[in-house]
Amino acid sequence: MKHTLAVLVENRYGVLSRVASLFARRGYNIDSLAVGVTEDPTISRMTIVVRGDDLVLEQVTKQLNKLIDVIRVTDLGSEDTVERELALIKVNADVNNRSEIMQIADIFRAKIIDVASKSMVIEVTGDENKIRAIEQLLKPFGIKEMARTGKIALRRGPKSV
Amino acid sequence: MKNINVYEKYDQQSDRMTGRTEKMTGARAIIECLYREGVDTIFGYPGGQVLPIYDALYDSKIRHVLVRHEQSAAHAADGYARATGKVGVCLATSGPGATNLVTGIATANMDSIPIVALTGQVPLSMIGNDAFQEANITGITLPITKHNYLLQDANDIPRVMKEAFHIASTGRPGPVLIDIPKDLTTELIDFHYPETVKLRSYNPTYEGNIQQIKKAAEEILRSYKPVIYAGGGVISANASEYLRALAEKVQAPVTTTLTGMGAFPVDHPLFLGMLGMHGTKYANYSIQESDLIIAVGARFDDRVTGKIRSFATNAKIIHIDVDPAEISKNVRVDIPIVGNARKVLEDLLKYVDKAPTDDWLQRIAHWKRSYPMHYIGGKDNIKPQYIIEQIHEACKDAIIVTEVGQHQMWAAQYFRFSEPRTFISSGGLGTMGFGFPASIGVKVARPDKVVFDISGDGSFQMSSQELATVVQENIPVIIAIFNNGYLGMVRQWQELFFDKRYSYTCIRNSVDFVKLAEAYGALGLRVTQPSEVRPAIEQAIASGRPTLIDFWVECEENVSPMVPAGAAINEILDLERKA
Ligand SMILES: Cc1ncc(C[n+]2csc(CCOP(=O)(O)OP(=O)(O)O)c2C)c(N)n1
Ligand SMILES: [Mg+2]
Repeated sequence: MKHTLAVLVENRYGVLSRVASLFARRGYNIDSLAVGVTEDPTISRMTIVVRGDDLVLEQVTKQLNKLIDVIRVTDLGSEDTVERELALIKVNADVNNRSEIMQIADIFRAKIIDVASKSMVIEVTGDENKIRAIEQLLKPFGIKEMARTGKIALRRGPKSV
Repeated sequence: MKNINVYEKYDQQSDRMTGRTEKMTGARAIIECLYREGVDTIFGYPGGQVLPIYDALYDSKIRHVLVRHEQSAAHAADGYARATGKVGVCLATSGPGATNLVTGIATANMDSIPIVALTGQVPLSMIGNDAFQEANITGITLPITKHNYLLQDANDIPRVMKEAFHIASTGRPGPVLIDIPKDLTTELIDFHYPETVKLRSYNPTYEGNIQQIKKAAEEILRSYKPVIYAGGGVISANASEYLRALAEKVQAPVTTTLTGMGAFPVDHPLFLGMLGMHGTKYANYSIQESDLIIAVGARFDDRVTGKIRSFATNAKIIHIDVDPAEISKNVRVDIPIVGNARKVLEDLLKYVDKAPTDDWLQRIAHWKRSYPMHYIGGKDNIKPQYIIEQIHEACKDAIIVTEVGQHQMWAAQYFRFSEPRTFISSGGLGTMGFGFPASIGVKVARPDKVVFDISGDGSFQMSSQELATVVQENIPVIIAIFNNGYLGMVRQWQELFFDKRYSYTCIRNSVDFVKLAEAYGALGLRVTQPSEVRPAIEQAIASGRPTLIDFWVECEENVSPMVPAGAAINEILDLERKA
């Protein structure tokens, strides 16, 4: 089972390594981790996708809460949330197949953000399934490079974590 | 840059504990913070990056005990903390000084002991350059501290020191390390010590949820076979008196873990002794048959539970712990109560009364008669258990510190503790070499008490250089070496599970401990006959000097009873050896 955790932390030197070290030490698996500052510049938000059963999730949450620099941990798994991930995909492309690739990008509402004589860079936003789908479709052309941000998520509606 | 005037002014003002802001160096500020936190003694070892701090210590009122290895500084601070409940403090230089603290910090972390470790660091501008004696000690100690800091600004010194003491001593206590780049210690700052700590992300729960406490009380009132299982958390929360009150009111038997030893009087009729791998048979049988386990400040460690699936299968479990992460970590818990053990027990007492335990206590009394703790006494050979009994006879209120091994288990099994903070031992990490330096911290904190380090011939050699410390500082601890010529606890496992193949565990005749003691200027005594045991103990106590007693004990005695690793705790074996 995958869980998405929103972790508010002090925006301070070394916090990321504390969180990473905790996961490594306790043997928890991180699927993805995205971190950035929030509307309050003293607070950063980490979105962590972690794999495990309810017991693991409970332990992860409690252990994270024990870190002095962690302000709050919220499990978004059970909530109604909007989730997005951004991927940049560099794919082989020349005059012969450029338009075909552009059509695929169109279907996924992805953007072409760089074109060169032998390659293109595509920017796609969405949930995991969408990114996996476009990746599959682009594979036959030859993916040269791919970078993903990891998932970020917010609750729907006026409530915040 | 030493500025005499500022220092003189500081000395006058700090005595009056003025709240006013004043100028001083970072090094002076650190000492001033220690003073304001009520620290009277620190344990340390100097070096290049802490020279300014040592200079500030030179004419301060704080006592500094110079150990001979930084690991001992951490253990001594730990011992000081365990004996008093106050925060212990150790100080080391950067690089090797800091890394030498690591085992001591990990030891304190595993047993939730409040210490503050101060380390020197290379100047800020040089961090990351692999400078001389640079080690990333905050990185290294990340997983073994409750929290740590790398100071970046000298003006943060007062706040960070205040936070460090607060974090170390509240909630579930633990070690906090502050890494201090050298340039910050020579900078002048406006010193103002904060009155309070503001940490939005750290609010440990103190009071237990009252609904949960009432639910627990209901379960207790209708239990027929309750067992109270108490750990080190009872001692760190100073909750022993409430533990006793609960047991007596409910009429429930009490068993403790190794680190919980002393939380309940051994001679109390409701006491079951220690549980787990080397616990009493009746403690383990009681747990296994119980219908309700009341765990207080204990964490269901594998040395306690044995095979976890077979642990107390018929019991409901109430778990009182200050750390929410301990709840349901190892066993399923029916009624969790997060809070300070003292506060929760105090509240719980209001809702409980005698439970219907008469039959249960009779059954336990029968087990106690049928399976008592025992050993076969020796005529010519000294039985280690006998030494523990004789130390108790000679000095009932001694503080017993131990190393790790068989001698540690015998001390826990055979000394009849009556007070908390009188049994001091590395439980979670099981650190050989802990006891002697820890006993230094204990004796410094409690000079009124007779302090024994129950030691093994193996363990002692991991910290024996501290003989120099106790002689130089005149800290009269008594080291009782249970000299069996073996790394006995490992040998015991080799005997039982590896067909007596004693692979690298024989250390017989490797050192003359009496001469070693004398070389350092300590009193050394050798005991080879049972009849000499008591007189040597008396002589050591009377001498008032640091004393080492080399007891030549039965070499292949085993710690008994024993639950083999991986077995259920009622599958407990007798291993006593004939005289
Ligand atoms: C630092 C450290 N290294 C290794 C061990 C593993 N170990 C546990 S008990 C023991 C033997 C201890 O020997 P000794 O101090 O002579 O005590 P005895 O068991 O003989 O009483 C060893 C090697 C340990 N606990 N700590
Ligand atoms: Mg030995």
